[in-house]
Amino acid sequence: MTVGHEQMNIVIVGHVDHGKSTFIGRLMADTGSLPDGKLEQVKATCAANSKPFEYAFLMDALKDEQAQGITIDTARVFFKTKKRHYIILDAPGHIEFLKNMVTGAARAEAAVLLIDAKEGVQENSRRHGYLLAMLGVKQVVVVINKMDLVNYDQTTYERVKEEYTAFLSEIGVQPKAFVPISAFHGQGLIEDSKEMPWFDGKSVLEHIDEFKKEEDKTNQPFRMPVQDIYKFTEENDDRRLVAGTIETGSINVGDEVIFYPSKKTSKVKSIEEFNAPVQTSSKAGNAVGLTLETQIYTRPGELMAKVDELQPKSGYEFKANIFWLGKKPMILDKRYKIKCGASGQPVYLKKISKVLDASDLSTNDVKKQIDRHDVAECIFQTTKPMAFDLTSELESTGRFVIVDDYEISGGGIITDTVESGKSRIEDYIEKRDFVWEKGKITQDNRISRFRQTPKLIIITGGEDKGKQELAKALEENLFKQDRNVYYLGLSNMLLSLGSDRAHKVQDRDAHIRQLGEVSHLFTDAGLIVVSTITNLDDQEASILKLLAQPSELIIVNIGESSLTDFPVDYQLDETLPLDRRLGRVLELLRKKSILLDDYAI
Amino acid sequence: MDHLQKLEAQSVHILREAYREFKSLCMLWSIGKDSTVLLWLARKAFFGHVPIPLVHIDTAYKIPEMIQYRDRHAMEWKLTMIYGQNVKALDEKQTFPDGAIDRIACCKALKADALKNTLSGSWPRWKLNLKTGQYEEETNPQPFTGVIVGARADEEGSRSKERYFSPRDKQSDWDIGDQPPEMWNQYKTDFAPGTHVRIHPLLDWTELNIWEYIQRENIPIIDLYFDQGQGTRYRSLGCQPCTNPVESTATNVDEIVEELKTGKFANIAERSGRAQDKEDGGGLETLRREGYM
Repeated sequence: MTVGHEQMNIVIVGHVDHGKSTFIGRLMADTGSLPDGKLEQVKATCAANSKPFEYAFLMDALKDEQAQGITIDTARVFFKTKKRHYIILDAPGHIEFLKNMVTGAARAEAAVLLIDAKEGVQENSRRHGYLLAMLGVKQVVVVINKMDLVNYDQTTYERVKEEYTAFLSEIGVQPKAFVPISAFHGQGLIEDSKEMPWFDGKSVLEHIDEFKKEEDKTNQPFRMPVQDIYKFTEENDDRRLVAGTIETGSINVGDEVIFYPSKKTSKVKSIEEFNAPVQTSSKAGNAVGLTLETQIYTRPGELMAKVDELQPKSGYEFKANIFWLGKKPMILDKRYKIKCGASGQPVYLKKISKVLDASDLSTNDVKKQIDRHDVAECIFQTTKPMAFDLTSELESTGRFVIVDDYEISGGGIITDTVESGKSRIEDYIEKRDFVWEKGKITQDNRISRFRQTPKLIIITGGEDKGKQELAKALEENLFKQDRNVYYLGLSNMLLSLGSDRAHKVQDRDAHIRQLGEVSHLFTDAGLIVVSTITNLDDQEASILKLLAQPSELIIVNIGESSLTDFPVDYQLDETLPLDRRLGRVLELLRKKSILLDDYAI
Repeated sequence: MDHLQKLEAQSVHILREAYREFKSLCMLWSIGKDSTVLLWLARKAFFGHVPIPLVHIDTAYKIPEMIQYRDRHAMEWKLTMIYGQNVKALDEKQTFPDGAIDRIACCKALKADALKNTLSGSWPRWKLNLKTGQYEEETNPQPFTGVIVGARADEEGSRSKERYFSPRDKQSDWDIGDQPPEMWNQYKTDFAPGTHVRIHPLLDWTELNIWEYIQRENIPIIDLYFDQGQGTRYRSLGCQPCTNPVESTATNVDEIVEELKTGKFANIAERSGRAQDKEDGGGLETLRREGYM
């Protein structure tokens, strides 16, 4: 495939046995896109096995595929016309392989949807049509195949066309055209069909060549999901590189940028690339690295935007349309993982508004779960705020997938925000407090008995800043003062798990949750709990605060802070020695009336 | 963006995704053009650095220049360079060149088995010491759970079925009928303990794209690909006994690109010089299930 030649990904979909492999085989053979000798070779193999040659055999590259007689995966097949080169992402029609169809279609810029003239519109003709719309494939040609089996009858063609047009209009899809063909006999694919003089439209190939290339996303608002932050200090490279692929828009050196959901801002200092001349701007599609004017603490997974453009949404709840591919149904209140942009975090299905049977578009308002191959309108809820766009405003950053038990099990598009959407934690705490039965001893009873106000004290800061050392010293000092204190060393456990990086994010969420829960118990029992977390961020601090309530959270930060909005109760200079750090913290506890002297009671 | 820029951006995105998601990650480097482009793309993705170890399976029958080239660039680009091999089969002369077994069985022993056991850390591995330039046996080889591979979809039938992130189970089995969905730049990056994943950043590249990229980026490629005056060159690199040069007078990258675009190779499959492909009617499907790339 030559540079300069335009290339396009297309997908051929439709119900099983409606003739996709034959169609593709024909397209390749008749456009002269097969490798030399391939056609003859397959014909020879057929002759040797005494079976009639079929164009579909060309596609059957795999042994077990031939054995099963169905296309099982999104094979890539290349063909070319005078206008451009194409990759056909073949998408299987068998319902068992819907996730393969989705994989093919999601990568396609345009689609050909085949319907068997004799069988007419079938379940997957509808389902595939619906999925194309959800996946964002807007250019569709509907091909009524196997016209030879209905004697090239115009009435049959018109009937199928009418039925399918009605279906498509219900889901708001406008096909580019309908074309009657016989792939088996090569009628209507490349040239006008001799057998169907009554049809005055174009051939399939002409329509394919008229598909437009993907819209230019450069003029949309800038969005870059932050894939990672690199620093290769050990190789004498001091650049702090924010890496990611620009989804939409463009960026220039000097642009003011904002990260969601943290809302931290900075300015682009440089655009970096290995083995390339210095650049001052970049645009949608490029996988780039940026350095920033200021040292701000951002994490992989954030969504980067420009301050002076349309801002992304950020929240705990959102409405979405999803399709479900998982073997197990999607159920309410189960913990799943959502991947949206570069972020990944726990998510819960909060409400199912409507389940749609994609095959016939019948709706069901009472269904309590989303079964395999269902399409549904629902509300999702996260524990931490998630940054996204509405697909109606910006398609690429309004899409997400759901992971269930290690598998990508569903995909969705975000349709709306939920006003006053609450975090999963808030909902949980309401429930927790509701079922929590208290004894006869009040918090005040404990305060006067223990001469202290129960608190959760979190010591945070960067790595190797002596957080644990301080936490343990604080525990020891308070203990010697006869205070009821406990050092909660959960972070050590976390470090020793040594799981993959991806799991660390989830482990960290679980860790924060666990820390909050345990602290809630201990502080409720009247204790002062001391713990450490490396680089606590605003969202995590909010979660801890919620979980620990009614007891308060005290944050002591050593060195550069990773918190922006959430207040730090005490900022320690990292150059201070341990004894002076300890002194400052003790002073803070006194000031805040956490440690009560006997006379104060 | 032209087509090569798009391919490059996509591969870089996949490499960064792999690096973020897998702690125990490596990249296979066969020294051939595809995996050398892959290595170059890693330098693109990580701004001149290669924070991922490179693994080479040395069958001991590789063309000698390949090993020299490997070590020269490993030193120059400061790579974490690791190699492994089937020491037992070589010691016991259980190979095709020794006349003991057929080609496919030899590929299985020297490549598939060696790869599997090198990745799992169950056989010895040797790592290049960048200070001394010598290889040293790794004291405690850990298994790699993510393996980046330079496979391309256009190479042959079975590869066209791959995913960018393609899971393999404990037996290294590849269940072609049950692969994860991939959409909107979202890949399967969550894996149950004990399973591992093959990552294919070059899936959408063609042979011609590879050469055009080598040309554009001026990537130092091993000169076995060029005619040295005998009127032959290698189109695909492998073990000496099973890889035949093709007749071609292309002496540099420009001439290869020209040859692939318009010349005599425009319609001939790349691996036509690989003898082992012809012995198994189903291509490399059998060996791929075993883990051979």
